[in-house]
Amino acid sequence: MKQISRPVRKKDAFALLTGKPVYTADIFQQDALTVRLLRSPHAFADITGIDTSAALKVPGVACVLTWRDVPDIRFTIAGQAVPEWSPYDRKLLDSTVRYVGDPVAIVAAETPAAADKALKLIRVTYRVKEPLLDARAALDNPILVHPESDWRTVADFGADAKRNLCAHEIDRVGDAEAKLKECAYVAEGTYHTGQVSQCFMEPYTTGAYTDSFGRMTVVSSTQIPFHVRRIVSTALQIPLRNVRVIKPRVGGGFGAKQTAVSEIYAAAAAKATGRPCMLQYTRQEIFEAGSPRHEMEITVRVGADSEGHILAIDHRVLSNTGAYGEHGPTTIQLSGRQPTSIYRYAKDIYFEGTVVYTNTVPAGAYRGFGVTQGAFAVESTVNELARQIGIDPIEIRRINLLREGDVMGIYDNGEVTESCRFIDCLNRADELFGWKENAKRRVMPDGMIRAGGIAAAMQGSGIAFVDTATATVRLVEDGSYILEIGAADMGTGCDTILAQIAAEALGCSVDRVHTAAVDTDHSPYDTGSYASSTTYVTGNAVVKACAALKAKILTAAGALLGPDAGEMTLDGSGVSAGGRTVSLREISLHTQSGQSVMLQATESHSGKVSPPPFIVSMAEIELDPGTGRVRVTRLVNVIDCGTVINTALARVQAEGAAMQALGMALTERAAVGENGRLHEHSLLTYGMPTRLDIPEITVDFCPSYEETGPFGAKSIGEVAINATAPAITEAVYNASGIRVHSLPVNPENLI
Amino acid sequence: MNITFVLNGKTVHAETAPDENLLSVLRRCGVMSVKCSCDTANCGCCTVWVNGKPTLSCAYPAPRADGQEITTLEALTEEAESFAAYMADEGADQCGFCNPGFVMNVLAMKRELTDFTEENVRTYLAGNLCRCTGFASQHRAVAAWLKNTGREAAEV
Repeated sequence: MKQISRPVRKKDAFALLTGKPVYTADIFQQDALTVRLLRSPHAFADITGIDTSAALKVPGVACVLTWRDVPDIRFTIAGQAVPEWSPYDRKLLDSTVRYVGDPVAIVAAETPAAADKALKLIRVTYRVKEPLLDARAALDNPILVHPESDWRTVADFGADAKRNLCAHEIDRVGDAEAKLKECAYVAEGTYHTGQVSQCFMEPYTTGAYTDSFGRMTVVSSTQIPFHVRRIVSTALQIPLRNVRVIKPRVGGGFGAKQTAVSEIYAAAAAKATGRPCMLQYTRQEIFEAGSPRHEMEITVRVGADSEGHILAIDHRVLSNTGAYGEHGPTTIQLSGRQPTSIYRYAKDIYFEGTVVYTNTVPAGAYRGFGVTQGAFAVESTVNELARQIGIDPIEIRRINLLREGDVMGIYDNGEVTESCRFIDCLNRADELFGWKENAKRRVMPDGMIRAGGIAAAMQGSGIAFVDTATATVRLVEDGSYILEIGAADMGTGCDTILAQIAAEALGCSVDRVHTAAVDTDHSPYDTGSYASSTTYVTGNAVVKACAALKAKILTAAGALLGPDAGEMTLDGSGVSAGGRTVSLREISLHTQSGQSVMLQATESHSGKVSPPPFIVSMAEIELDPGTGRVRVTRLVNVIDCGTVINTALARVQAEGAAMQALGMALTERAAVGENGRLHEHSLLTYGMPTRLDIPEITVDFCPSYEETGPFGAKSIGEVAINATAPAITEAVYNASGIRVHSLPVNPENLI
Repeated sequence: MNITFVLNGKTVHAETAPDENLLSVLRRCGVMSVKCSCDTANCGCCTVWVNGKPTLSCAYPAPRADGQEITTLEALTEEAESFAAYMADEGADQCGFCNPGFVMNVLAMKRELTDFTEENVRTYLAGNLCRCTGFASQHRAVAAWLKNTGREAAEV
């Protein structure tokens, strides 16, 4: 392995670091019309009248669109494969608004100032309705968020809009209720996590224009180019063949851009005006109308025998999907399946998930995708259980965590883990953290209290039988390769990682593989970069495509080397056999003249399993007993993500995820006020961690080898966020004796 | 209103308004390294130098730029590349959106600070947010770059 399991600089590193124009707003036509959205100030209201006449008179205003001007069709903006699992509950613009921030009108104007002025001059009359803001009260509430007759769903996830129900799902194995009765110890708790924001740095940005062939071209900061193509086609009711989506560099996503949040509005304006239009969200819009993590309330019961074997888990999750159901039915599955399935003796598991509509910001995908919320609850309860039994929280995990060959509870119908070094992760974390000494409650000379905590978690690697990736690789005549993919590098470095995989497969150096930008007119289909799928699913497609291309190259080389050449080998310079070598350039040029051979191969891949990566997280905190303030002083995260393809990028993924988890645990809050408005809607008040908040952080890997993965790889991006928040709150418990049930930690409760 | 300022060594005339910020004037001038991310002067993505001092261009009224000397990353490519190599080796560039503002502040820090302790470095750069990296890899890159360019932390 020459090109993988080592640090490789990202291919775009120097362009990014020297500030080259590479993002949507940098490269899109600078004379494009500015698009702005008028948003509802009410959490729930019917629009009884809109007068746009004054707005249209503002010099420079090109269009003002209201619900009357757009197709009357319900669809979903969630980026998912067909059949779409999220309900069709949203219109491009609707005569009912369902949360503070719901779009009411689309304005396009020559200048930002003209667009802003027009927004102020649109006269809207609302019939304001009482909003439904509390998820706990949503089911069967007389207030219905979606009473309309054209609400529908094409997937069977138990949804019923007449009950405010976006999804209702049960997964079970054995009989948890009966088993819990037999258990010597049962710990129980109810946990709550809020609607946190991904805080990606590049705002949602979309440019759209009609090209010379009359086709709608959408340039957008997205994780899901092919889903955006379909969603724009549906929303605007234009044929799919007339939509093209181009993905430039993306300034972070973390799941937020797995939903077509901004694309449909820019495209609607471009269609209406015939002009290039660009929409960039403000940070306030990102908070108020983005796609944050689902708020969840989770009640868990975990039972164990007297030796500490975890035997049964009962896990009930209430998820708040907000006003629309993007990713509601799927995040709930993960909130149950992964967190309950990491304990090998738990053969009796009951999971029930209920997803409800409320008049709050529609939630969506955020790294971890429900597992993060579920793991906070389950891991906290397991820590509580260890206390009851009187064993160390590290020991209960040493007894119970999955080993290779174990059936994984309710995960993907009892999939078996074929690559699992969970216990090695635990032991390595133990060693790096110094668990025995540093978990202990210690009063420091300055009066601060230090203590440690632990948690564990897993994720998946793509969605088995659903996620589909295609890769095309071809030889060019200078002996290099062009790799075309439809997966979307959002900053993670997948363009580089997939090039490493291709280089390894083709025996060349990484700089000989150029990864092409994603354009739905040219790139092969890929469901997109989400669900921890890119390295595993797209990586497998790359391996297959390279194998197919290699066979073609050898055939072409054989014609040059002659029939008696013997066994041929391919490397970065060419094909060798029997002491002779033909260069890749010669081979390529040979096929370009008088031959009917194209040295290109396209292969697809869809996984039949979704092998989970695993993480053990340990945190040390310092509690100020006077103020209740908690500071994380050390974090140790040890991960089994299979083969580590790029050691530098994997480490940074893990470090970045840990800080997002730290923020979720301690400071990040976007709370809904009584009128449905968010209390926090800027980076000034939200509490995203800064570099002054960072602890000493250690990341290490215990790579198993996943036979079904590209060169043994699984996934890294999501798993890394799942265990740190419960590790921190366990440390808080250790320091204060107070079990934190709701995130973020409220210092007032710790005094 | 019209303003005249020096942008990356060249005199520039621009039409602006009293309520416009320098950030939007610079982007209209084609200076795309300057990014808008937060709108509230919290993220540092719009950092430029005004007369050599790192400044948040989103919170700097454009009319005040009249007669001033504005420097952006476009004028510092060579110096930026020397630091960029350390960032790239760590994988600390990630999505890259915060990179230009961060690099502007790092280059300013190297000019301004005399004692590069970890605390001084972090405090100087505190206004530059990054969501991808969790900051640690940025700090490794800064430390390695300072060390290899003879600007280590003074011994305490």
